Amino acid sequence: MMFLLADQNKTFWFPEQASTFAPEVDWFFLAVTYISLAFFVLIVGFMVYFMYAYRERPGYKGSPEALHNNALEIGWTVVPTIIAVWIFYRGTIGFLDMMTIPSDTRDVQVVAKKWAWSFGYPNGVVDNELHLVVNEPAKMIMRSDDVLHSLFVPAFRAKCDVVPGRYATMWFEPTKTGTYDLFCSEYCGDQHSKMAAKVVVHTKEEYDAWFAKAQIPPSDPVEYGKLLYAKTMGCASCHSVDGSKIVGPSFKGTWGGEVALASGGTVPFDENYVRESVLNPQAKSRSGYEKASLMPSYQGRLKEEQISALIAYMKSLKSE
Amino acid sequence: MSAVVTKPLVTPVEPAKEPGNFLTHTSGFLSWALTLDHKRIGLMYLVGVMASFLLGGVLALIVRAHLFYADGAFLTLKQYNQIFTLHGAVMVFLFIIPSVPAALGNFLLPIMLGAKDVAFPRLNLSSFYLWVGGAIFFLVAMLTTGLDTGWTFYTPYSLETTGPVVLATLGVFILGFSSIFTGLNFIVTINTMRPPGMTWFRMPLLLWAIYSTSIIQVLATPVLGITMLLLIAERFLGIGIFDPKLNGDPVTYQHFFWFYSHPAVYIMILPAMGIISELMSVHSHKGIFGYRMIAYSSVAIALFGFLVWGHHMFTSGMANVTTIVFSALTFTVSIPSAIKVFNWLFTMYKGTVSLTTPMLYALAFMFLFTIGGLTGLPLGALSIDRHFHDTYFVVAHFHYVMMGGTLVAFLGGIFHWWPKMVGKMYNELGGQISAGIVFVGFNLTFLPQFVLGTRGMPRRYATYVPEFEFLHQLSTYGAFLLGIGLFVALGVLIDSLIRGKKAPTNPWGGATLEWVCSSPPPHDNFSKPPVVGDPYDFRGLEYDAREGGYVRRK
Ligand code: HEC
Ligand SMILES: [Cu+2]
Ligand SMILES: [Cu+2]
Repeated sequence: MMFLLADQNKTFWFPEQASTFAPEVDWFFLAVTYISLAFFVLIVGFMVYFMYAYRERPGYKGSPEALHNNALEIGWTVVPTIIAVWIFYRGTIGFLDMMTIPSDTRDVQVVAKKWAWSFGYPNGVVDNELHLVVNEPAKMIMRSDDVLHSLFVPAFRAKCDVVPGRYATMWFEPTKTGTYDLFCSEYCGDQHSKMAAKVVVHTKEEYDAWFAKAQIPPSDPVEYGKLLYAKTMGCASCHSVDGSKIVGPSFKGTWGGEVALASGGTVPFDENYVRESVLNPQAKSRSGYEKASLMPSYQGRLKEEQISALIAYMKSLKSE
Repeated sequence: MSAVVTKPLVTPVEPAKEPGNFLTHTSGFLSWALTLDHKRIGLMYLVGVMASFLLGGVLALIVRAHLFYADGAFLTLKQYNQIFTLHGAVMVFLFIIPSVPAALGNFLLPIMLGAKDVAFPRLNLSSFYLWVGGAIFFLVAMLTTGLDTGWTFYTPYSLETTGPVVLATLGVFILGFSSIFTGLNFIVTINTMRPPGMTWFRMPLLLWAIYSTSIIQVLATPVLGITMLLLIAERFLGIGIFDPKLNGDPVTYQHFFWFYSHPAVYIMILPAMGIISELMSVHSHKGIFGYRMIAYSSVAIALFGFLVWGHHMFTSGMANVTTIVFSALTFTVSIPSAIKVFNWLFTMYKGTVSLTTPMLYALAFMFLFTIGGLTGLPLGALSIDRHFHDTYFVVAHFHYVMMGGTLVAFLGGIFHWWPKMVGKMYNELGGQISAGIVFVGFNLTFLPQFVLGTRGMPRRYATYVPEFEFLHQLSTYGAFLLGIGLFVALGVLIDSLIRGKKAPTNPWGGATLEWVCSSPPPHDNFSKPPVVGDPYDFRGLEYDAREGGYVRRK
């Protein structure tokens, strides 16, 4: 009966099945669970029965014998062994399928850094959402800029650690359009639990439309800056714009004021300070943030016009 | 080592009219602080271990309370990370690892063996002080500066976080030595100090379990020491072994870490299995079913346990072949554990089962440990683990094993040997009620976490998506119920110290040697060398109402 349930969209156990891996994982897990349940019922059944049948009571005396039974002992060694071998075998088959990357995949460059994901598409398009085409296998080529992270999409039943210092690759083939959760599942510091993103599975037409639009940066520098700030570059995961402190300072109304430095003295919060903070963040440090987790350098990752756009956006925060 | 191997006492001493016991033998603070008596050291460990458990438990409740709401109830993200780190580290290093071997093991091992003390009493005292020193060091480091790496200290996060990683790892290093010394002491004691007549296969199964554990402690703990030193060297000297910025490899650290920490899982569970072997047979008043199978499976678990560390790293990008080999080896460990469960079960068969407090804890163990073991199967299966790795399914699985297994067995063991340790009986009904509440509370806490895991809730999250809220709330209610059950258990034990009846020599009808000594045992354990028999021979042990306990009729 539960085997039927696994074919529905959302079950007691599992989220939606949205990739080719999902049916295999779900089916196999339920099979293992029912075998386990059978053993469990057997063990607890015997336990309860023995508790009752051999309970201490007046007039009853158990026998201190019954210490061996070769047939029984061999039985309960061999049967679990056979089952364990089967589970190992099925698991390995499924695993090898998951590890064998098809040749005709759509590649996405994934960068994990504290605490945001960025996904790179052809023609330099970068976004903080993972866009995929339904029924087309996609390969993630992943790297981390700082510590360990792990890309996990529950609806795809897929997960792979992103280890700094090497590329990690994984693939999956979405089978259903829609929007799904993507989590970081390897502990990575303060905002580990906030390091989430969305996976958007499009039809081919939708995807092309999205891609065409994403290729043209907004012409208004404030808009462009906002896009870079909130989406592409992930500044928003450390700097709020509403005055609250996340990891770094908030930029609400900061423009034009003075910033107290950890080394003493102040500097004006202007174009040059922002530029320096982004390209060489450790050069000057705001007081109160000496111990904050360090801001990564964006040297080589931001083009000049992008820095200008970010500055334009930060300026705009003053007037709001 | 200057300590002399103490031989079991051979000169028979006539019991005095009102025989003193080890508690009243001498008095004063120094008589405890400098004692070489394994029983006093065991009791001091017990107090230390229980205090650590209280601390770890309170932290767990804070974690659960915070997770009551999807956005978190009252902690900042950083505070939450510090608290779950502290919870894990305290529970693993200060509570579970020393719980059974150092506390109960110290008290029981020489007595069960019919010996006067452990082989190296001074070494024993020094491991206690190492433990105390390491614990203080560790706690001060963590509490003053807020370590936030998780108890696993994974690189490179542990290399760059501002928390006191070096101090904390030094603490772990010191605690490791305490563990090694205890293991060494026990191995030598069991090898050299068994009285004539106690062959290997006449040893109580708890001793087999502790022996296997000690072997792991001695062989694996040094690797933890090395790992911690390498981590410190990497942080200070930048030797470039774990840090990717220096061409090191973070996954190497994981191999090092789990090479110790997986066997450590068996350091935690094997002694608990030993306790269950004793409890099931004594309270069924029947010999253990398949003695040799249980003894061999302890050794098998200890050996296989060394070969499966890779299953903590199935998603870390190891080569496919490596991953598959580790999966296969992982399944081999499941078989000896299954065999043990069946043997314990059939120990009840045709016995005379009394549902005393220790027995109820043992039965709870059977239920919970079976769940813990069976849920290891999907985690060992590689395809399913792609989905389950680092989710709440894992959290629930290891709490069923570590807490439903080790903690529940430890509690059962305490209730079983309490009359022997302090010479007082506790309120039986109170004890039974505590077992009931712990059992219900435990399941309510951790069953929902399996479902959270299959639905994709990652672990170590301070906040989560709203659809998980209901299951988290169930789990939080369960945790508080569990907390109440544990306080009831504590209350029952404290109450017994104040109002408890005097304990008879053999309240449960056990056949191992500790039940031959008076309760509490005299300073030298045995006034005359005990007669070594079959530890599971229950024939002739009958209840005597005048004694309030069991006596052996010839
Ligand atoms: C990992 C978190 C993190 C990310 C991502 C991040 N920053 Fe920062 N940032 C910090 C921290 C912490 C500080 C304060 C310490 C310092 O000044 O070095 C800081 C300081 C700054 C400052 C100086 C502010 C002041 O008042 O002193 C500026 C400007 C800045 N960041 C801009 C950016 C921009 C633009 C981005 C995106 C391109 C960004 N940051 C991304 C953490 C981050
Ligand atoms: Cu992460
Ligand atoms: Cu993370």
